[in-house]
Formats: sequence, structure tokens, C-alpha cells
Amino acid sequence: MYIFDTLMNRMRRGCQTMAYPHGPAPALPDRHGGALRLDASACPAGCDACAEVCPTGAISRQPGSSTTLDLGRCLFCGACTKTCPHGAVTRTSDHRLAVRRRDDLLLGKPGEEELRLAEALDKKMKSLLGRSLRLRQVSAGGCCACEADINVLGTIGWDLGRFGIQYVASPRHADGVLITGPVTKGMELALRKTWEAVPEPRIAIALGACAISGGPFIGHPQHNGGADPVVPIDLYIPGCPPHPLTILDGFLRLLGRLEEQKG
Amino acid sequence: MNTLAPFFSFANASRVSWASVPVFSVTKLVRLTGELIRGGARLVAWFGVPDHDETTLVAILAMDDDSILGVARSEPVSGSYPSLTPKYPQAHLFEREAWEQHGLVPVGHPWLKPVRHTNGDAPANAPFFRVEGGEVHEVAVGPVHAGVIEPGHFRFQCAGEEVMHLEIALGYQHRGVEDALAGGPHRGTVFQMEAVAGDSTIAHATAHAMVMEALAGVEAPLRAQWLRAVALELERLANHTGDMGALAMDVAFLPTSSACGKIRGDFLNLTALLCGNRFGRGLVRPGGCMHDLEPERLATLVERLKTHMADVEQAMAWFWDAASVRVRFRNVGVVHPPQAVNIGLVGPAARACGLVRDVRFDHPAGWHRFSQAPVAVWPSGDIFARARVRSLEVQRSGRYLFEQLAEPVDGELRTALGAPQPEALAVALVEGWRGEVCHVALTGHDGRFRRYKIKDPSFHNWSGLALALRGTAVSDFPICNKSFNLSYCGFDL
Ligand code: SF4
Ligand code: SF4
Repeated sequence: MYIFDTLMNRMRRGCQTMAYPHGPAPALPDRHGGALRLDASACPAGCDACAEVCPTGAISRQPGSSTTLDLGRCLFCGACTKTCPHGAVTRTSDHRLAVRRRDDLLLGKPGEEELRLAEALDKKMKSLLGRSLRLRQVSAGGCCACEADINVLGTIGWDLGRFGIQYVASPRHADGVLITGPVTKGMELALRKTWEAVPEPRIAIALGACAISGGPFIGHPQHNGGADPVVPIDLYIPGCPPHPLTILDGFLRLLGRLEEQKG
Repeated sequence: MNTLAPFFSFANASRVSWASVPVFSVTKLVRLTGELIRGGARLVAWFGVPDHDETTLVAILAMDDDSILGVARSEPVSGSYPSLTPKYPQAHLFEREAWEQHGLVPVGHPWLKPVRHTNGDAPANAPFFRVEGGEVHEVAVGPVHAGVIEPGHFRFQCAGEEVMHLEIALGYQHRGVEDALAGGPHRGTVFQMEAVAGDSTIAHATAHAMVMEALAGVEAPLRAQWLRAVALELERLANHTGDMGALAMDVAFLPTSSACGKIRGDFLNLTALLCGNRFGRGLVRPGGCMHDLEPERLATLVERLKTHMADVEQAMAWFWDAASVRVRFRNVGVVHPPQAVNIGLVGPAARACGLVRDVRFDHPAGWHRFSQAPVAVWPSGDIFARARVRSLEVQRSGRYLFEQLAEPVDGELRTALGAPQPEALAVALVEGWRGEVCHVALTGHDGRFRRYKIKDPSFHNWSGLALALRGTAVSDFPICNKSFNLSYCGFDL
């Protein structure tokens, strides 16, 4: 009997996959806050209230120069936005955070109040990977929350497979690596070997504050301070951990699938 | 009656002055620890504190039946001391760790090798136990595994399909969490505590907060304690649901696997409703909680929880209804109850061997002093039992949450923390979803951390996985592994 019940229940539940990106994106939790924005022109001389509360040194202010905020180090704790008395650092509620170059995560210069969202791969890479991207995930020293939300994309709610994106078991079957964690000394060799085993052309994605800068463990001698020093990175997805929506946006952005949707 | 004498006895989440921790010669400390373990105590922590050029060993024991903890320390030692491990295997990793961190040799330890390889080598570059024989072959797996999963190295000694021995080498995730705590707390400390094991953020952050509160001699407001208890069960629900889905996946029972994958995310979203982050980052802080659960938000939480609980109970019902699932889980990956006691298993893995062992019940602190869920146990020690305990705990956590959410506690959310007491030791145990999380802080004369010791439940339980594999087919490793689902980063620190 149970097979019959199971099938009935299954049918009753219907399709559970979200409409996004064909429909609207699911809302971020109201307390999430999304990306940060820094309007350094609002910072009066001598104020570094935000820098004093930041746990990772993501905000800095050298005497005589303007405030800078590095979203690659940011844990999105919100301490700076609550502390800033001048409304210079604010939350945008925007889930889109992925960038192509490390520098695109630095905020502060005039005209660079927000991050510079990732552009798609070039035409050749897009034609190779745009409809089928296989990623070998390498976890290298984080806290496993990034991995947890990478996995969530594979569930029926998000159904990453519908975009032709898949996590694979062997680097030989992969088009790229998806790196989490600050790349501990213990994992450096394993990451290098995995990277070298991926056939060219290949891409590398650094996911989470750890993989971009060391995240909450920034500055510890037991790791490399992110994936950059070990593997050249094509896409950075900040967050601690990034929301699944942020991760998916990053993947689709890289593959140029978002513009396509909009036509 | 003081059942842990001559150790100094105290309760969970409290502080002891360092001067009142009894000092014994190291030989006597080993002997007394052994006698107390024989008398029913359990080793909660065993670690070194640097003292000039020498090391003071600290032993923390728990007498679960009496809800009491005990602590004692050695005179400063260097060189070696007689090992506890040959008689009390639950000490084996603790002694290896103290050797790795302080160079203290436990004489007579049967398998002395590093725990994490902090010297920068890949952890697998060490000798492994080998079974000799023409028919014996060795299978090496990791550090990079086939799925999206943390790194670790597994070395199997097999005769055909049968596993004779499994040795697990970890340390790949070692990122220096304990080292960074020296002289703390620092500005980044709470963020690191939340990332000791990212799927146990609430458990570790709560243990850290309780340690800080004990050191400062204050308690978090009751409303914050209540909220922490709520968040802890949401964390348990999300992870247990994920584990049920993963187990279903590994026996190819797809309805439950795909449903649980989705419902796990739904539970994570409930935590995000509380604090904005799906893993509970930013909720728990020393002194209280950062986000309130206002009446409207609470009503939303209850509504959504009702739906998700109905969904998960249904998904689990399909699973337990299927004879093909049940038969696949029975008598596979067995840990026998005496083994569980010997190696000091904790959490659902221990309860699946019939041990009634649960910090929420045995050593209630915080909100659990006022309300507890019944402890879920199952006697058979196999994968079936580990899955069964999880599924019972899902039901009980759900029921507990509905009870708690029906009677919210009024009051403040945060209290100011004074300066930590100098020269004091504080210990906090929290029952995370994997079992007993333990944080110990020892302050120096300036009130800063002289030593901070973290123990994730996985520190005890990886040995359980190794034992569960004995005599099992190597192809059963994935389901055995999922049935424990231990933390690499929590172990590696
Ligand atoms: S939100 Fe980011 S930049 Fe601001 S204080 Fe937190 S970690 Fe630092
Ligand atoms: S970035 Fe944050 S969530 Fe991701 S692995 Fe690092 S600590 Fe964990």
C-alpha cells in the first residue's frame, strides 16, 4: 500500500521548484540586509566608528584618504551599518553580490559606492559552458555552512540541474572548481591537484568570505587567506555564507543566463 | 553528597576559581581520573595549559546521573606521564591532542600520532595501521570526497568486501581557532565561535556565551535564554531533517530524500526569520540575543513551523513504512553499547546505543533548567537506531517548540557583561544536534583567556564511525557515514 500512498502524496505536493529566474526572485529574509553600500563622501574627517566595530577589518580609513569597505572580507554582520552615525554605510537588500575581479568588491572611491556585478564569460567560454557547467567542489577549511547552502541549490526547491549546472565527483568530469574555505595549509596540495586535474579551459569560483579573504579566520597563519593565492579566480561570491539566491545569481550571471532571461 | 570527590564539583555553565581546582601529581591525576571513570564518570575534556616551560593537565569529568561536573589539574609537568588510554579508551584522542599541542608523551598510549597535523603537512602523510596478509587490501579515500562535503582521509583495511579496520585522519580543516583565542576575547571571537562548525552555530555560540557570562558572573535574561533554546531546536530540526534525507538518498529512496532536502531548507529559513541568517549567525551573543521575536514574527514562525513539521513527519512516515529501507538499515554499522560507553560516544550516536545521555536533560543550564524534551533513545546501535533516534528527535523538537512558542517569556534580551573574573575557569556544555558541545575558558590574572578549549561532539564520535565499520562491507561506508554525519571543521578547529 505504501507505494500507492507515496505516489499520491507526491502528486498532491506538485512541483516545488521556484519560478525564479523566470518569475520573481524569492525575497531575502527581512533581517538579512543584502549587499552593503558605502558613500564615503558622507564620512566626516576623523570618524572611523565603523572600522572600530568591524570584526574582520573589512573597513579601513587611512588618515587623509577616504573610507574603504572590502566586501570580500565582510561577514555581513551589520555592525557597521548600525554604528555609522552619518548614514555612510547602508544595507541595500540586494541579493546580487557576485563579481569577476577582486577589486570589484572594494567600495569607497567616488563612483564605486556599490560593488561592480559580474559580467558573463567571454563568448568562447560561454559557448563551451553556457548550457552545461560541471563543477567539482573543494572544501578547504571553512565552517561547512557555505557547503551546506551549495548543497541546497541541488534540492527540488532550487533545482540547479534545470540550468545545466551540476556538481560532479571527479575533476576529470568538471569544467571548473568551486572553492570554499580559506585554503588551509593542509588542503593546499589537494586543491592544487584537483585544479590541475580539471581539463582546460576551466574556471574557478571562490565562494564565501573564507575563500575570498579568510573570512572570520582572517590573518591566521594556518591558511592561505583565500583561494586566490593558489588558483586564479574567475568569480567571487561574497557572504558568510552567501544566501543560496546569491550563489545562484552568481552562477547564472557568469554564464550570461540572466541577461538572456530578460531578453 | 559529592560524587566526584576528590575532584572539585560544580554545575554546568558555572565558574570555578583556578585556585580551588585541586592539584595532584600527574600520576595521581591519571589514577583518580581512571577511578572516577570506572565509577561511572565520563571524560568531558582533557587538555593542557602552558605554564612557563611546562604544562598543567586539566581533567573535566561529568557524572551524568547526578548532573554534576568535576575538575582537577596536575602539577606542571614536562616530558611524559602514564597514559589513561589503555584502560580508558575515551581518553585516546584527548591524550594525542595534548601530545600534539604540548609535547606531553602519554606512556603506554597504543597509537600515538597527531590529531590534526598542525605542522602544515597534509594529515594523511603519517603511518597508518596496517593489517598484513596476502588477501588484505587497502582502500584510501579523500581528502577530496565525491560529494559536496568537507575534507578528511579514510584508510580501510579490507579482506574482499569486508572492512577489518578503518582509520580516519583529519586535520585538513584546521584553521587555528584555538590559537587565535589566546589573550582573547577579541573583536572577531564571537564570529569565530559561530564558525567552529557552521551547522552548529547556535550550539557553539551559546556555549561560548554561557562561558563568558559565567566568567562575568551574570546570567543572560530569561527571554534570551528562551530564545536560544528555540533556536537550538530549529538547528536540530534542520540538520536531522537533512540527515534523514541523506540517508534516504543513500538507499535510493527518493521520495523522502527529495522532500527532506527541501524541508531542511525550510527549517533554515525559520532561523533566518529570527536573525536574517539561515545558520543563526548574529543571534547569540555573550549577555543575551541580538534579535527579538516580536509577537507578529512569532505568529509567522508558528504558522510556518506547523506546515514544515507536517511535511517532515509525512516524509519520515514514507521512509519508515518502506520495508526495503528498514532492512537496509538493520544490523549494519553496529556500535555495541559497551563500546559506546568505552569510547565515550555522545549525542544521537550514543542514544542510538541505548545510552540516556543528553546535556539538555543531564546537565540542564539556561532555559533547559525549566523545560526539557524527553530524551530519545533506541537500543540497537545500528544505522536503523541512529536514524530512528533522529526521527524521534525531530518529532520531540517540534513538540517542544510548539510548547515554548505558545508561552513566550517576557523581559529584556541583553544584559551588560562586566569584566571577566581573573584566574577563573568556566565550563559550558550544550547539547547540539550532534551531541555535547563543550567550551572551557581559563582566564589569567588580567581576565583575558589564558587557555580556551573547544570540544565539538565529533571529537568523541569519529571513533564510533571507525568501530561501526568493522566487519561491515566497504560499500556500506556511505550510509554508515551519513548515519553519524560528523563534523570535520568542528573536530579540526
Ligand atoms: S557588515 Fe561587514 S563591513 Fe560591516 S562590520 Fe560587519 S563584517 Fe565589517
Ligand atoms: S565564509 Fe563563513 S559560512 Fe562560508 S565557510 Fe567561511 S565561515 Fe563558513
